[in-house]
Amino acid sequence: MSPESETSGGLKTELTLGLPGDLQVQKSGIKRGFSEVVDLKLVNDSKAESQPPSTTQVVGWPPVRSYRKNLVKNCKYVKVAADGAPYLRKIDLEIHSSYQDLLTAMGDMFTCLTICNVLNERKLVDSANGEEYVPTYEDKDGDWMLVGDVPWKMFVESCKRMRLMKSSEAIGLGAAAPSTPSKGSSTSC
Amino acid sequence: MLNYFPEEVLEHVFDFLTSHRDRNAVSLVCKSWYAVERFSREKVFIGNCYTISPERLIARFPRVRSLTLKGKPHFADFNLVPHDWGGYVQPWIESMAKAGVNLEELRLKRMLVSDESLDLLANFFPNFKSLVLVSCDGFSTDGLAAIASNCRFLRELDLQENEIEDRRGQWLSCFPDSCTSLVSLNFACLKGEVNLLSLERLVARCRNLRSLRVNHAVPLDALQRILAQAPQLVDLGIGSFVHDPDSEIYNKIETGMQKCTSITSLSGFLDVTARCLPAVYTICRHLTSLNLSYAPGIYSDELVKLICHCNKLERLLVLDTIGDKGLGVVASTCKELQELRVFPSDLYGVGNAAVTEEGLVAISAGCRKLNSILYFCEQMTNAALIMVAKNCPNFIRFRLATFNPTAPDAVTMQPLDEGFGAIVKSCKGLKRLSVSGLLTDQVFLYMGRYAKQLEMLSIAFAGDSDKGMLYVLNGCKKLKKLEIRDSPFGNAALLADMGKYETMRSLWMSSCEVTLGACKTLAQKMPRLNVEVINESDQMEASVDDKHKVEKMYLYRTLVGPRKDAPDFVWTL
Repeated sequence: MSPESETSGGLKTELTLGLPGDLQVQKSGIKRGFSEVVDLKLVNDSKAESQPPSTTQVVGWPPVRSYRKNLVKNCKYVKVAADGAPYLRKIDLEIHSSYQDLLTAMGDMFTCLTICNVLNERKLVDSANGEEYVPTYEDKDGDWMLVGDVPWKMFVESCKRMRLMKSSEAIGLGAAAPSTPSKGSSTSC
Repeated sequence: MLNYFPEEVLEHVFDFLTSHRDRNAVSLVCKSWYAVERFSREKVFIGNCYTISPERLIARFPRVRSLTLKGKPHFADFNLVPHDWGGYVQPWIESMAKAGVNLEELRLKRMLVSDESLDLLANFFPNFKSLVLVSCDGFSTDGLAAIASNCRFLRELDLQENEIEDRRGQWLSCFPDSCTSLVSLNFACLKGEVNLLSLERLVARCRNLRSLRVNHAVPLDALQRILAQAPQLVDLGIGSFVHDPDSEIYNKIETGMQKCTSITSLSGFLDVTARCLPAVYTICRHLTSLNLSYAPGIYSDELVKLICHCNKLERLLVLDTIGDKGLGVVASTCKELQELRVFPSDLYGVGNAAVTEEGLVAISAGCRKLNSILYFCEQMTNAALIMVAKNCPNFIRFRLATFNPTAPDAVTMQPLDEGFGAIVKSCKGLKRLSVSGLLTDQVFLYMGRYAKQLEMLSIAFAGDSDKGMLYVLNGCKKLKKLEIRDSPFGNAALLADMGKYETMRSLWMSSCEVTLGACKTLAQKMPRLNVEVINESDQMEASVDDKHKVEKMYLYRTLVGPRKDAPDFVWTL
């Protein structure tokens, strides 16, 4: 019996005890499958159809006290991909206290990259070939965002994974003239 | 003849009855036994604080010295109950203060406790000795300061997994120099700093201290000094265990641990460098209880190396980072194991390995004395559960949670009915059960047929129809607490045997098929039940349709009618 089945067990000939007018309620959607609940409780997750939804997206499952959840939370590892690098790294967001701190750590991790801060834009530059990398991240809703727009804590809370995107590819994230820094804009160093 | 049996003798005999159930039974025998029992009762356990009022409690048991109260329903632990649903301890403390009750001990679970309550407690009960708070919130370190300052004979301050606001006061320093009576001090859940010097001095002067659990703000060097002062400790909760293993301090800790020959229970490691763990190997061989579930970041190999030394272990709590292989080592090392809890370490989908049915089977094969398990796993199979049931027929508590709550048998893709059926059939003494995975009405048929001693049952995303719930209500004669979420049980099941709920403590149903009309019917027919509907969304809608499904319903038996402290979003029907 698959979780997606809507009619499991609800035979129309089955005798039921019910209040007058309740029969409709009894018949339809008798088995509320897990995926159905997730659709109700989740705002937007395009992955919901393709693979089993992440268990963190249903309220109260897995059944763990918030005290415990917060403990484990103190160790938030996210994957970091750098365009052109052969393998991914993992970075613990909880041990950093600011974007600057995070960028420093990423610079240490991908040792050929150094930080270049210009006009409030945060970037990493490959000292070998001058190639620029813009840090981006995927948030809870599955959208790819530019790192640095929201307050640090909010970022830690919503970041699922990161990608150091080549500047040349990041142009599509938003365009603005270098002299007017605006939200989500990408400029060249 | 019994009529001439002196009351003093009866009272003396009743002194030997420690269990509240036995005392309750005794009080039902006849009027004179009821009278003798109520005047001699010192310990009272109230499983649901809204079953009775403080005034009536005090009237019946005027000599009460120890009170245990539980507030919010169990599913509040998983954020299913709004924070201000209720469960306030204030009215209880006020009533007892007013009545001059000689309260010595207060144990609370899932209740709302305020600093004002703690202040009252500290100032109105001169013989107060013991405060145990589990999963409570609403108070701060100021309340703790009041307790520390004023309870002259305090023996026990035990804070387990509470949300405590840190006011950065020096509450620990509030214990006066004259306080030497502490036997048990547990502040592991506190988030803030404590005065280390005050702590060391406190430990030094409390020669009877048996149990000490500190928080993350107590570093390794402070721990070393504390242990030097308290080699008599039986239960130790380590705060921060981070240091350079090649340092002088580390060597001191290692030798210090060797002197602590009485420690049988170890927990904490709220912050830990795995390379420091060998310092505790020396106490491992005496340990009967080990809780490493608060220590993320210790990998399987290091856990295993530690557990290899623990062959007397009876109780083990770990994270699933231990892996199936690690559980295999537990199975071959810990032959005395009675209780195992494996918690999930990866709640944020980062992709860490978890445990599977293999680990559980290994444990059941190696640890034949196992009687209590809580197991969070990635997958389960019927074959595994059947094997576990065969290996360990002594389960009293069996709680399983698969990461995907409707996951089928990982091999056959069938529901897990047969597996859980085997568990309830084999474990004739089973008192508590939590099921998980793909489950049809069949599993409930098995429960109704075999789980005759079952007292508490937790159901999530399971069953096909009302029949499921009916099997349980009809068959599980000793059922006390039933909690159900996201399952297709509706009005027919709810209303089939309304009298049943007066034999139970409570019933919780959320995201099921029960309608408002049915809840109203039940409330009307059963005046000794409080039927509460929690409606967080449409608070102001006075005319909600009776055909509307209720989001959350909580009903419980009570002797005092609807409670007067219910917030707006809770309707008592």
